[in-house]
Amino acid sequence: MVDEILTIFLDGAIYASWLFIVALGLTFVFGVLKILNIAHGGIYALGAYSTATLVPLFYLLGMPEQFVIIAMLFSALAVAIVITPIMERGILRRFYGQDEVLIVLVTYAIYLVLEDVQKLIWGMNSLYVSEPREILGALELGDLYYVGYDLALIGLAVFCGLALWLALNKTKSGKIVLAVIHNPEISGCMGVNVNRVYLSAFFIGAFLAALAGSFTAPLISVQVGISVAVVIESFAVVIIGGLGSIPGAVIGALIIGMARAACVHKLPEAEIFIMYFCMAGMLIFKPKGLFEGSQARKI
Amino acid sequence: MSQKFYTNIFFQSILLMILLIVVGIFIPNWLVFVMTKAIAYGLVGLGIITLMRGGLVSFGQGLVFGIGGYTAGLLGTQAGLTDAILLLFISFVFTGFLGLIIAPLLARYRDIFFAMLSLAFSMVLYGILIKIDAIGGSDGFVLPESTYFGIEPLAEYADYSLYVVSIIMTGIISIALRYYYNSTPGLIALAVRENELRVEYLGSSAFNVTVLNFTIAAGLGGMGGALNGIALGHIDPEFTYWTTSGEFVFISILAGYLSVPAVFLAALLLELVRSFSGRYFPDTWQLILGVFLILSIIFLPSGIGSFFKKFFDKINKNINK
Repeated sequence: MVDEILTIFLDGAIYASWLFIVALGLTFVFGVLKILNIAHGGIYALGAYSTATLVPLFYLLGMPEQFVIIAMLFSALAVAIVITPIMERGILRRFYGQDEVLIVLVTYAIYLVLEDVQKLIWGMNSLYVSEPREILGALELGDLYYVGYDLALIGLAVFCGLALWLALNKTKSGKIVLAVIHNPEISGCMGVNVNRVYLSAFFIGAFLAALAGSFTAPLISVQVGISVAVVIESFAVVIIGGLGSIPGAVIGALIIGMARAACVHKLPEAEIFIMYFCMAGMLIFKPKGLFEGSQARKI
Repeated sequence: MSQKFYTNIFFQSILLMILLIVVGIFIPNWLVFVMTKAIAYGLVGLGIITLMRGGLVSFGQGLVFGIGGYTAGLLGTQAGLTDAILLLFISFVFTGFLGLIIAPLLARYRDIFFAMLSLAFSMVLYGILIKIDAIGGSDGFVLPESTYFGIEPLAEYADYSLYVVSIIMTGIISIALRYYYNSTPGLIALAVRENELRVEYLGSSAFNVTVLNFTIAAGLGGMGGALNGIALGHIDPEFTYWTTSGEFVFISILAGYLSVPAVFLAALLLELVRSFSGRYFPDTWQLILGVFLILSIIFLPSGIGSFFKKFFDKINKNINK
């Protein structure tokens, strides 16, 4: 019984940390740019693919295997560097200030394009990179056996969340971003380069998506269609926590992660259903999520 | 003037329906099938533009599309009801009724929250459907061959029969919707789109109009789902998945909310792009669709309908002269 609770808790925490890294980027981009980015899932998949390509290359070059993490970080960074100018500068910028739902549709179009770009670059075959998963060894907790890499994901999630939160609230550039979130026009009048803030925010969001993808790559077989479920799962997290809120994303990811882990162990039939159920329930009772302040409305 | 305008719309629609039915005899079978599917998707799109007139976009019409499809499918397999006309009609009424039940819940939401809640509902249904093995789980099930007034058409006329039925039923619905759009609640919807609070101050209920619009959209979505299921002869939970809902939003944004025929044209465009690129570029049809979508939003922000409206207004002006 205790074992079972511990299993559910640990499985839930691992799943939640993965979800949190994806959702963190999504919620941050929404907070700053007011864009609910469906293509976020596509960037996630690109991150996974680029890791699946770069890590074998890394081993081929005879690098020490402990440093494989650097290769993974680098592949996520590369994806963000390539995708940000194309998406933000090239496409999304034309739609700023337009209807939010229209922009959602634009990102849906980009998502469709990214789906096929993956197929064109990497083909239809599955790729496997399980080597990085072995570098941290394993951990035994009583009868339970956990791979160290999986548990390290929790650390990564905590680090990402704390780093972004501290950067936003404790640094000067973070304060500038907060000012832009509050009112882009007045920030612009005060001399803030709003376009650059948008670009950087989108870059951070894309990097987090790609990072989640690249650290998930060793756990799964990287293949066509890995992004389609991620989109809605991260939406669910962000909706539960409140769009644009980092603490909200923490709570949202924990709720979904734990609920899903509990379902996997206790009620496997409801595994997929439970996530959307949480999302719908939260929208019905607290449509603005757990962490949304009150807003003035215009007449 | 207004009486003449209506008779004109009525006359033009009947003419268009007859034309389409006649054209259907001469075009190849695959195109008839594609056009039937376009009508099915167009019906759902028509529902979304009904909502769009009131300023809302549903990102979860897969919900009603799936309910309509499964209603027709289960009536066919479980109750042995195979009459296509009856199935379409029952799906329309039943899904519309369900829409009326959930509408008051959804009508409180606006913008992205409306889109997300409708999306959540459709995904809840998806999560349920793929786990019910009695109705095929994620594989879905096959629908029986449909009949028309008790007669089962020969195999080579099956597609055409369904096409004719869908043209007639859709034509009647489109004409009715045109009247609705110009009626008091239909026009209030446009005002809600502009400024909801002022509509309330002027004594109309934005809530009631939204509920009515959602009910209509649900009925249309259900009928579209039933038609799509009957045309394919197969139904699965993919009907309710978010990517399907995305395609419906695509159709309605491409069409714009200004014109009814534009929705069906947009749906036909989507189906043609899909079947052509699916055939010639099987790995990149999504890429083509995505680029097409981005370009159409950039260059046609108010949709194909804005052309249509200008064109038809001109014709009507000339006729009325």
